[in-house]
Amino acid sequence: MRQIRLRATATAALLSGLILTGCDTPPVESVQRGYRGTGMELIASPDDLAATVANNQVPEPQPPVPAVGPKAADIYQNVQILGDLSVGEFTRLMAAITQWVAPEEGCNYCHVAEGFQLDTKYTKKVARVMIAMTQRANADWGDHVGNVGVTCYTCHRGNNIPEYVWAQDPGQAHAAGIMTASQNIASEAGVYSSLPYDPFTAYLDGAKEDDAALPWRVAGNTALPNGNRSSIKQTEWIYSLMMHFSDSLGVNCTHCHNSRAFYDWEQSSPERVRAWYGIRMVREMNHEYINPTTEWLPEHRKGPLGDALKVNCATCHQGAYQPLLGANMVKDYPNLARYTLAKKAQPMDDADASEADQPAANSAPASASEAF
Amino acid sequence: MIEYQNIFTQVQVDAPDYPGVPIGKDEYNRVGGITHSWLAGKFGDAQIGPIYLGPFGVLSLLFGFLAFEIIGLNMWASVNWDPIEFIRQLPWLALEPPPPQYGLSIPPLNDGGWWLLAGFFLTVSILLWWWRTFKLSQNLGMSNYLAWAFAAAIWLYLVLGFIRPILMGSWSEAVPFGLFPHLDWTAAFSLRYGNLFYNPFHMLSIVFLYGSAILFAMHGATILATSRYGADREIDQITDLGTAGERDMLFWRWCMGFNASMESIHRWAWWFAVLTVITGGIGILLTGTVVENWYLWGVKHGIAPAYPALDAAPVVDPLITETQP
Repeated sequence: MRQIRLRATATAALLSGLILTGCDTPPVESVQRGYRGTGMELIASPDDLAATVANNQVPEPQPPVPAVGPKAADIYQNVQILGDLSVGEFTRLMAAITQWVAPEEGCNYCHVAEGFQLDTKYTKKVARVMIAMTQRANADWGDHVGNVGVTCYTCHRGNNIPEYVWAQDPGQAHAAGIMTASQNIASEAGVYSSLPYDPFTAYLDGAKEDDAALPWRVAGNTALPNGNRSSIKQTEWIYSLMMHFSDSLGVNCTHCHNSRAFYDWEQSSPERVRAWYGIRMVREMNHEYINPTTEWLPEHRKGPLGDALKVNCATCHQGAYQPLLGANMVKDYPNLARYTLAKKAQPMDDADASEADQPAANSAPASASEAF
Repeated sequence: MIEYQNIFTQVQVDAPDYPGVPIGKDEYNRVGGITHSWLAGKFGDAQIGPIYLGPFGVLSLLFGFLAFEIIGLNMWASVNWDPIEFIRQLPWLALEPPPPQYGLSIPPLNDGGWWLLAGFFLTVSILLWWWRTFKLSQNLGMSNYLAWAFAAAIWLYLVLGFIRPILMGSWSEAVPFGLFPHLDWTAAFSLRYGNLFYNPFHMLSIVFLYGSAILFAMHGATILATSRYGADREIDQITDLGTAGERDMLFWRWCMGFNASMESIHRWAWWFAVLTVITGGIGILLTGTVVENWYLWGVKHGIAPAYPALDAAPVVDPLITETQP
């Protein structure tokens, strides 16, 4: 009898020990961010924070060079968007990009030996789109990226393809004829909830004018019914996207919301406004810059449904509430924060090239392809 | 020395086969042989069987099995009949109600129709089982506390899956069948309707739920603590209070100034349990039908206090001040 009891106690202890390994190591740190007693606090585990700090170290900037001297567009051929840089700045930026995106492959990841001006490799064309996208983000999306801005390194971190990208998710293979409601499988995008497994295609990819029609604001904003027909299923879609936000930034809901009234802007933190612009910025990045590359991207750089690999919160944030924990890399690379179109753009082989002359400052490119 | 205690029994409660009291013309409903289980005797009575099934029990099991099969096969189909994925993702899988565009019409089987069918069979099964508990109580000459308590739970079930969707005009409002999916639904429900915690019936339901748990613990502990004086023969103590009941009542009177009686504690427990689901059902029923946002409802009625803003300049909806490039 005593033995049975001992065995049962040992088993129970072992089982509870196993279950506890799923928890964060105490103590958990919390930071109060709102009025006392409202539960507006950030919660973080010191272990995770240490890992986040380790994952968000910034490489040494390239030695600075003067902005004087002949322009890149005058010296090199086929410089379509960095033409306004001095040759020194241009070379320096190329070296930085190599370090950020293709440290192992070097120049040959984008360029061919027959001539660095040639657009033979798709990677060179992608780089051009990405530089334009980065300049756009830094120049016009200050409401999201602030003064810190983004560089190639913010997402790439030494990888050819950023670690966190997304493509349209075909979902779990299922029996023919059955409708799956795009949810109810183990969803990585929804952080292993059973919420809709591809909130990105719905919310993070689309034209600006389609934005307003999406079910963002599902919650009622009056005490009594007012004709709001948003369904619980629609709520689950935006909920799934919010799970992604939380996971990508390593924060809980109260980073942006007062969880007693998720809908209410006045009780929200300023970060919620920042995130609101972030959504629109990412939608533009995907729709205006990345989607047009689908035409000429090689198949192995596309998702399972043939669309290009796209941006979401995790692409830059990578688990940190601010990418690279707020390190300002743009100050070392100011040319990534302004439009640097060539004054004398080389004619391109498509008709859009003539428009490449127009500086796009303070005007959204109707289609990013115009700028390249 | 071997002693008898109620739950952690160190001696077997066992006796020769005993089919139970005669119940007249419904005798045929009592089926199955009698076996004795040593393990069962550790927790309760060692005798297993006979079981009172009856036509309602049989039909209930049949309909329940149909619902179970429809739900399970739909889940299995959603992972392409892959047995490994079925096991691996089982907690995530679901049979989802129809999308909103179908309203209250009957959707195709593969787009919510199976949900409707499974829900119908499950409801039939539950109602038949309810009738069985009612009938069983009658046959044993009991009054119907059990059946009414079960009916209270059925009320909440029907509100969630039937009554409220009808009032809202859409089957899509109902709960999916699935482990995580129904929990995600619950969270989304609260988000959609502005925080269920400000719903006073939700508050009551929580009070009764937690209250049920604490009453259960208090009562169980009290009786076990005095079973050495005969408290486990509770009915004796109700009609003829002995030293066990006396000590129980004194304990709680001295502890908190008030005590239930040996009889009334069971009414306390019954009502707490039953009110959990009755108030919960009312709370769900009012949500979306007559209240759109429970937080704002709470503000309107003075139960949600205002706090100072986070920053000197409160955050403004960017749709109002939009500077989007």
